[in-house]
Amino acid sequence: MIETHLPAIIALTFVLFALLIPLFGLWKEQLCQPLAVLGSGLATAFSLLAFINYLQSGSIRYLFGGWEPPIGIEFVYDGLSGFILLVINSVAFLALIYAKKPGQMEFQGKELAYYALAMLMMLGFNGMVLTGDLFNLYVFLEISSLSSYALISIGNKPAPFAAFRYLIIGTAGGTLYLLGVGFLYTNTGTLNIIDMSAMLPMLVDNSSVVTALILMVVGIGVKAAVFPMHGWLPDSYTYASTPSSTLIAPIGTKVAAYILFRIMLYLFGIELTDAVFPLSYIVGVFACIGIIYGSVMAIAQTEMKRMLAYSSVSQIGYIIMGLSLANPFGFAGALLHVLNHAVMKACLFMIAGNLRYKEGHSNISLFNESYRIKYPWTMASFSVAAISMVGLPPLAGFFSKWYLVLGTIDNSNWIFLAVIIVSSLLNAVYFFRILEKVYMKNPDAEQQPDKAAEIKYDDVSPSMMSPMAIMAVGLIVIGFANAAIVSFLLGIFPM
Amino acid sequence: MDLSIVPLLAILVSLAAVPLILFSSEKPNVREAWTIIAGLIKFSLVLTLLPEAIQGNSVELHLFDIAPGLPFALNADPFGVYFAVIASGLWIFTSFYSIGYMRGAGEKKQTRYFASFAVCLSATIGIAFSANLLTFIVFYEMLTLATYPLVIHNEKREAINAGRKYLAFTLTAGLLLVAASAIIYHYTGTIEFTPGGVFGDIELPRNTMLVVFILFLAAVGVKAGIMPLHGWLPAAMAAPTPVSALLHAVAVVKSGVFAVTRMVGFIFGTDVMAAYGLNDILIVMAGSTIILASLIAFAQDNLKRRLAYSTVGHLSYIVLGVALLTPLGMTGGIMHIAAHATMKITLFFCAGAIYVNLHRTEISNLNGIAKVMPWTMGAFAVGSMGLAGIPPINGFFSKWYLILGSLEGDMIIPVIVLIVSGLLNVGYFFPILYRAYFKKGEGLESYGEASPFMVVPIMITATLSVLFGLFPNLFFNFFDLAVLVSESLFSGGTP
Repeated sequence: MIETHLPAIIALTFVLFALLIPLFGLWKEQLCQPLAVLGSGLATAFSLLAFINYLQSGSIRYLFGGWEPPIGIEFVYDGLSGFILLVINSVAFLALIYAKKPGQMEFQGKELAYYALAMLMMLGFNGMVLTGDLFNLYVFLEISSLSSYALISIGNKPAPFAAFRYLIIGTAGGTLYLLGVGFLYTNTGTLNIIDMSAMLPMLVDNSSVVTALILMVVGIGVKAAVFPMHGWLPDSYTYASTPSSTLIAPIGTKVAAYILFRIMLYLFGIELTDAVFPLSYIVGVFACIGIIYGSVMAIAQTEMKRMLAYSSVSQIGYIIMGLSLANPFGFAGALLHVLNHAVMKACLFMIAGNLRYKEGHSNISLFNESYRIKYPWTMASFSVAAISMVGLPPLAGFFSKWYLVLGTIDNSNWIFLAVIIVSSLLNAVYFFRILEKVYMKNPDAEQQPDKAAEIKYDDVSPSMMSPMAIMAVGLIVIGFANAAIVSFLLGIFPM
Repeated sequence: MDLSIVPLLAILVSLAAVPLILFSSEKPNVREAWTIIAGLIKFSLVLTLLPEAIQGNSVELHLFDIAPGLPFALNADPFGVYFAVIASGLWIFTSFYSIGYMRGAGEKKQTRYFASFAVCLSATIGIAFSANLLTFIVFYEMLTLATYPLVIHNEKREAINAGRKYLAFTLTAGLLLVAASAIIYHYTGTIEFTPGGVFGDIELPRNTMLVVFILFLAAVGVKAGIMPLHGWLPAAMAAPTPVSALLHAVAVVKSGVFAVTRMVGFIFGTDVMAAYGLNDILIVMAGSTIILASLIAFAQDNLKRRLAYSTVGHLSYIVLGVALLTPLGMTGGIMHIAAHATMKITLFFCAGAIYVNLHRTEISNLNGIAKVMPWTMGAFAVGSMGLAGIPPINGFFSKWYLILGSLEGDMIIPVIVLIVSGLLNVGYFFPILYRAYFKKGEGLESYGEASPFMVVPIMITATLSVLFGLFPNLFFNFFDLAVLVSESLFSGGTP
């Protein structure tokens, strides 16, 4: 019986822990982080259960209070939402385990607020993924956004400024989305996604529906940091504290990308999306520009977190490009990349966090050969994640590119294919640059006195190391197991 | 078609040696013992596949699906076994030689060196036994990555720049290979290496076929050193000499020409190549590479660079032989894979021995060294005469078949190219011998022959060159194997 309630239970777990953390936190602040880990751990377990249940008995439409839509609101647990939930909750679980030590160092005394907000943000993300109602989606979007503004502002000195900028841009995006929803509501009289998708084909030529679609795509595009609406992202990810960037960077933009999937492929359907003018192609072109722009900007950075932030702009482009292809391979490649990029970026931000924790900075120009001896595991994980980002087989990153490439070829879209190739090379440039610094002695340096004797093993403690190592190993496992994941993803392609 | 895990074991043996090598980094003798043991086991495993291969049979192993419908599969077919025997056999000699060289030259980071070498060998055997393009790509990229630490081994500015150049060339090639494979998959629905090609009755527009072919050629041409894609090879001479010897004369570049042969014979197929006139492109490129590389070799004073350009030229012999699309030419090309391997490795070994023993790298400094290093220079003479095509050394044999193949196809220009190139080979090798034997040297009084670790492998490879020239079938029925492979590509089906 419990299986049918799982969609609600997953989201409610976060509500429960968002309340429990302040309660216990006021008594003992050290309890906040374990509670957050417990909460996200439970949510991950429930997501897994729900996913297994989905594989056995199909999707669930969960009606709150038994009220049928369009009067009541519902959660829709289908293959797509189930997959995304599993990805974001498990990555968040590992990120929260990781958060313990860097949290103590970077924002001691604010842990209560931090972990409570983290739970709220996860509630928002889970709600966005699960809800079957467009207005409800807006509510969850704002819950997650408001908490993420707060989470980002806990960080370096410029962090509040970055968060404020994100707030302004993000609110504008949210409002555009809401406006679009309003247009659709006046035309269809419903907010339920499934209801509405049945009605929209009758309104193909209605200009307000077309406007609504564009408003929604642009509004969510801001949240997904699709070029040229990515302006808020680099500062936010760079100045946020280590726990915030490891938590938000891997999953935040992915959830927004998921909403774009819902709107373009499920709510409207690709025929309707492109009925008036080729919107999906235009989105794809912006994605391509973002891919190249992000990679080039990443090369220009000397701060590792900023480099990773620009790399995120580029990588989100892959996901959006796959969406814009709107064929099975593009769809599967994009969603596989949601998973891959979440794991890779979480791993890389953790590595940047490890260096900040140990060295006090993550400035690439100061990296040197001693890191190899001091942090062998951190650097080994970096190598794995970097090679996966570049997209070399058999690591995970290769396969999302392989399916995206197949997708571009199915559409005979040679420009997109070229973009994937060029951007992979640019990725290689900025990742091998770091590998070169860490694994080789600086050939231009003056003959230095041999300090090898002083440099000792000094890698991070298990609470930081194990999440990172799990991510790195995960990249290898996903690479070898991708056939199963992709078969599943090809099976849920909505056409 | 037999099933067996021997091909997999042959690949994994040297990979399994990597952790052992890493953990014995404090005890050099134990560490090198692992390399030797792995080399011997690997070679014996490959040899057990030989009897089947000579019968024209393949040993297949389907491991798991690496993508839906695309297996990660190994297939030890006659051509794969042929290449694997060469690579794994010569690895044993190179290992002994490496010990002498690395210790003699007092190189640092020897653990990294031996570990990377072992990974390279796994990748090379993987390339030989790959049953389809996706599996091939996995090992091809693995080879690229594992060679990188060897190229930059001495960590000087020159080496690091060479490493960057190497990555730029090979990573681009890898991505083009991914794109080309995806396009082939899109049109034919299979990327399995099939004697006679995958296209079957499928016809593509001429321009599409041309684009796919050029993508493919650019992808495999980099490692095969076809001009103008050869730029990385002379730069990679910054690596220690055993690396140049095994990798840049045998494993990596031969993987390139192996890939060219797979492309011509097993992906496009000889019929398609001829029907679309693709072989003409290949003949022109290979022919001009042969002549140009030989001319450039003249201008090099650095011994290793001269050998590098000679390698570029001789690789194109093989490409030319394959591109002739005649059974005899194909046989000659395949024979030259083995012939060039034994001779060029001898020459590089000699260059390394001269460097370690006398610290001389420039040809103009080699006056009179035959008096102090008679064995080494004797071997050098054998190798260089072989490359110039003087009987009875094995270079003559393959060249004879290449010329027969050109005549069989009524092509006269390749014959002229081969003859001119033979003269050019004489022209750039004999001055070295002349200096070594007939000029009077200076400052050589205190030197003797190089260490036995180096001289013994040199003598063995030189002897092999002669023996193969006299009796091509003496070991492992090599000649029959080459004929078998070549015939299987023209009978239009499985052998």
